[in-house]
Amino acid sequence: MAAIAQGGFREPNLLMKMASRPTAMAGLVIIIVMIALALLAPVISPYDPAQLAVRNRLLPPSWQNLFGTDDLGRDVFTRVLYSGRTSITVGFAVVIFASIIGVFLGLMAGFFRRLDAPVSRLIDAMMAFPDILLAIALVAALGASATNVVIALGVVYAPRLARVVRASTLVIRELPYVEAARALGVPTPIILVRHVLRNLTSPLLVQATFIFANAILAEAGLSFLGVGISPDIPTWGTMISVGRQYLDQAPWIMWFPGGAIIITVLSLQLVGDGLRDFLDPRLAKDV
Amino acid sequence: MTQPSDDTPLLSVRGLTKHFTGRGGQIVHAVEDVSFDIRRGTTVGLVGESGSGKTTAGRSILRLVEPSSGQAIFDGTDIFALKPGEMQHWRKRLQIVFQDPYSSLNPRLRIEAIIGEALDARGYPRGARRRERIAELLTLVGLSPDYSRRFPHEFSGGQRQRIGIARALAVEPDFIVADEPVSALDVSVQAQVLNLLGELQQNLGLTMLFIAHDLSVVEYLCDEVVVMYLGRVMERGPSRQVYAQPRHPYTRALLATAPVPDPTRKRTHVPLQGDIPSPINPPSGCVFRTRCPMAIEACAQVIPPVEHLGGNHHVACIRHGEL
Repeated sequence: MAAIAQGGFREPNLLMKMASRPTAMAGLVIIIVMIALALLAPVISPYDPAQLAVRNRLLPPSWQNLFGTDDLGRDVFTRVLYSGRTSITVGFAVVIFASIIGVFLGLMAGFFRRLDAPVSRLIDAMMAFPDILLAIALVAALGASATNVVIALGVVYAPRLARVVRASTLVIRELPYVEAARALGVPTPIILVRHVLRNLTSPLLVQATFIFANAILAEAGLSFLGVGISPDIPTWGTMISVGRQYLDQAPWIMWFPGGAIIITVLSLQLVGDGLRDFLDPRLAKDV
Repeated sequence: MTQPSDDTPLLSVRGLTKHFTGRGGQIVHAVEDVSFDIRRGTTVGLVGESGSGKTTAGRSILRLVEPSSGQAIFDGTDIFALKPGEMQHWRKRLQIVFQDPYSSLNPRLRIEAIIGEALDARGYPRGARRRERIAELLTLVGLSPDYSRRFPHEFSGGQRQRIGIARALAVEPDFIVADEPVSALDVSVQAQVLNLLGELQQNLGLTMLFIAHDLSVVEYLCDEVVVMYLGRVMERGPSRQVYAQPRHPYTRALLATAPVPDPTRKRTHVPLQGDIPSPINPPSGCVFRTRCPMAIEACAQVIPPVEHLGGNHHVACIRHGEL
């Protein structure tokens, strides 16, 4: 609570503090590299991710095809790069969407006493479902598409954020600077944004990082199960899903997108752990 | 003293009561039937131990806590009867300075934004004049105008408290509740902030309700004093009179425990024993009787009526005549 009340840290120090934790810093560097690779895919790879070359089917890794080729002769390295675009974008979109819902619900539950019980019960009810099952149900109801995967996963992860936001809001609501604003007659929506939300950014950032990691993993899971993004669109999940059929002959089709997921998710977790430790020491114990 | 308007109080609190509903529906009697007046341009001290309801009383007057019942006639209007929307217009006339200088300033906002928020409430336009006004306010509370771009964590407790005072003054209020404004500060800084409040009160003609648990602070600053215990007023009256001739055993006990810079003075009273009882289940009759050295059986029977002793001195004790 002291961290929220006093906020002894400031944004400029964030990178410096990260630097003092080698694992978190390493995670951050890897994430940046992964994003850069995804963005620069056309520059890095000479191949078209969708170009078929049936003669080159299931080739093992070589200097020509660093990660080998898949069942349709497409370059796996190129596809991993392009898939990164989708997977990371989906993960990020889930964070944004979940944040919008979660912050709204959390602020309402935390700030307005009357809304606390109904909103909290709603949050509890949503959290009672296993993540992936709820996501499958939602995608099944909405129809399989990238947008619907984002909506479904956003709905799945929003309650976690809402809980964190609610808990912090309950504390901040009682702080004298909020009372001071009320004494000045500052309208409630402005109090919520300027005084409550602004002091929530640290726990929110920590949660967002973990949700980012989980969303990438969940998207891959959904795609693997065939209820997610269409197999025509390369994502790490769809690549694994397709590669599974060739596990005996060409395991590299699965290895490399799988490795990309592991590296990305692990790095995000490392960054999240680091952020949590110095932004929000309270949470460090109970995760 | 010549104009009759000087004698009409700026604020008359009548029968202020605040009950909180705790877990399991228990009723917490935080403030019970509190009445007092504050004349224009004067400072009234509201004193009591922690748990006496003094802070809740102060916040209720500003409707930061909604009072359960009672009236607060401020400049002719009962502000407790105002609808929440109407209250917004009155808010800038009543301000508050908080106890904790650390949590009373939003750590994410620069000083100019903190004071600027108050100027917004006043409808102050943006631009150069606004910056001037912020500089003016910082100077008024004894800070450098260059500080406006800094964040709260760059300041000491005393400086933060000055910023809090500047924020309260930015809306040019008539009335300020100072809620233990120095009790969280180092002793060396307390006097500075007290002097500042005293000067501002004089120079700006402010009316102030000064909440404190320390009677010596109140004696220095206040024209009148209200002594609270477990949500009720025990004694109130002009400071000089109350200090020279306390008529309530609780006031006597408080005065006896207050440190006096005179090692030769003998302590005449035994300090109070035990803790303040729970406001969930306050004692019957006089709420102070459980710790009162003078309590008799009759004290448990009736709530002692507030008696007027003359000269605006009031006391709620059935045995005050024997003191």
